[in-house]
Amino acid sequence: MKITNKTSSTNQTSKALRKVFSLPASMRDVAMHYCSGCGHGIIHRLICEVIDELEIREKTIGVAPVGCAVLAYDYWNFDTTEASHGRPPAVATGIKRILPERIVFTYQGDGDLAAIGTAEIIHTANRGENITVIFVNNAVYGMTGGQMAPTTILGQKTETTPWGRDAQRDGFPLKISEMLALLSGVVYVERTAVNNAKNVLLTKKAIKKAFLNQIENKGFSLVEILSPCPTYWRMSPVEAVKWIETEMVKYYPLGVIKG
Amino acid sequence: MMREKILMCGNEAIGEGAIQANCQFYAGYPITPQNELTAYMARRMYEEGRVFIQSESEISAINMVFGASLAGARAMTSSSSPGISLKQEGISYLVGCELPAVIVNIMRGGPGLGNIAPSQADYFQAVKGGGHGDYKTIVLAPSSVEEAFNLTRLSFDLADHYRNPVIILGDGLLGQMMEPLPQILNSKLKIQNYPKDWALTGCLGRKPRIIRSLLLGEGELERHNQKLQEKFKSISEKEVRFERLYLEDAEFVLIAYGTVSRICKAVVNNLRGKNKKIGLIRPITLWPFPEKIIRETAEKIEGILVVEMSAGQMLEDVKLAVEGKCPVYFCGRMGGGIPTEEEIYEKLSQMLI
Ligand SMILES: Cc1ncc(C[n+]2csc(CCOP(=O)(O)OP(=O)(O)O)c2C)c(N)n1
Repeated sequence: MKITNKTSSTNQTSKALRKVFSLPASMRDVAMHYCSGCGHGIIHRLICEVIDELEIREKTIGVAPVGCAVLAYDYWNFDTTEASHGRPPAVATGIKRILPERIVFTYQGDGDLAAIGTAEIIHTANRGENITVIFVNNAVYGMTGGQMAPTTILGQKTETTPWGRDAQRDGFPLKISEMLALLSGVVYVERTAVNNAKNVLLTKKAIKKAFLNQIENKGFSLVEILSPCPTYWRMSPVEAVKWIETEMVKYYPLGVIKG
Repeated sequence: MMREKILMCGNEAIGEGAIQANCQFYAGYPITPQNELTAYMARRMYEEGRVFIQSESEISAINMVFGASLAGARAMTSSSSPGISLKQEGISYLVGCELPAVIVNIMRGGPGLGNIAPSQADYFQAVKGGGHGDYKTIVLAPSSVEEAFNLTRLSFDLADHYRNPVIILGDGLLGQMMEPLPQILNSKLKIQNYPKDWALTGCLGRKPRIIRSLLLGEGELERHNQKLQEKFKSISEKEVRFERLYLEDAEFVLIAYGTVSRICKAVVNNLRGKNKKIGLIRPITLWPFPEKIIRETAEKIEGILVVEMSAGQMLEDVKLAVEGKCPVYFCGRMGGGIPTEEEIYEKLSQMLI
């Protein structure tokens, strides 16, 4: 997905070509391993653009998850570590308490944050740790081959729900952002999506707010981002972004949940 | 100014040892018989303006320690047996990422929830790696409150020096027993400062750093493992610690660690009074294990008696060290039972001493 500047310099002379689209300083110039149509790459870039704009690259420490985004440190050009599966909020807590002046964020999938790491995200939020959480909800476990995630919607077919998720058997999709919003330690929760250009821009705005909150010492902020996984949704990239709009947002409405 | 002598339990002495080693971060979750340590840290870390967190679980605590350590701080967590089982994945990650940390296990009876009585049944878990992957952690086994204090201070230096987690392995008896600490709180102990030129602190003025244990490149993980093994080899050459008693003329030798070694010491001293040629080897590091002194001793004596609060775990390492050079006997109690002097005499008499 390209975010180009519409007011670009078409009327300027060819000698004075102006660069309107370039790699953020926070991003390494390497090819990503993500499948075509995957949302992780877009979200990585949005984070990098925000970090550049806030001029915090040299004091940011990122915590990558176990999940498809485990290699995020190959793409981010700032200090990054990788936590064990589900534990990025605990790792981020340790870092932030030791280095309160640094900007610390976690990047987590739905399995990481809302299944194995449920306790860590709830208690980190409840302590009101001054960190930023980027929560990528693709309704499926990507890295392990498309099994049911806690956020898989009812009827959705996955490797472990071959006839579709059934509430009786598999439980209900987990609205963890709404749950987290109830906690006193949480200052900001917003759900966005990266299924079209407008939503991408809104996502960037939300990510920026979540980082700004940390810079201003306001406390725990989380952005949940609905993100396409065409590979394990068994769809084309175009069908996948449509599915977010027609199916996913019904269960996971976009907008500010708190703050 | 602290008093000349103060009375402390082992758990508190470990806490004060950590404070004096400049431990900047502690996270823990309550479990008996180590609760005095968590409570001590809650108070003392606050007094010193350092970080204390009562975490939501042992898993969370070890991962907080992972974060604090990668940010360059001296960090510690403590627990007892079931909680230490929960920390194993995190300890494996610490080793994989070459991060220093101190982990205290005040062992209780198992398996399962077991009981809260003293035990040494987590020996295998501590010295053989514990979590997944090929790795070792240094394991220090104090036998008194004063030694608990001293070894805790040492553990932070060893962890930083080797960039590897260190385990303090005590039992419920040591954790809760009160003993005087002579003067040490008055002394200005030197704190070693290790440059942490690998820590994540933000990339201002340098290239970004990555701390991870995922190594997917062709042969990369094998090379990383080789590097770790070289480190473990160097530790096993340099860091073996033990105490020896009457080995010069001993014909029989007791081998025990932790509080059990004190019971054995009483037995040895008593028998020496009766002109019995008996000695003692007390491993202070359980890994690296003092196998050389055990092997050399085994060549000269008639038998060894290993005494443990387990079904016989260190026993296996003693046998490996002895290599059949003398008979090895065992006296053990399980599930919170503590070997008595009488039981040890009884066993020794069966060995015809
Ligand atoms: C303790 C542990 N359990 C399980 C796994 C296997 N595993 C790796 S990633 C993953 C799920 C990832 O799904 P999600 O967090 O939704 O991220 P995505 O890959 O979809 O981006 C699992 C179960 C692991 N690495 N560690």
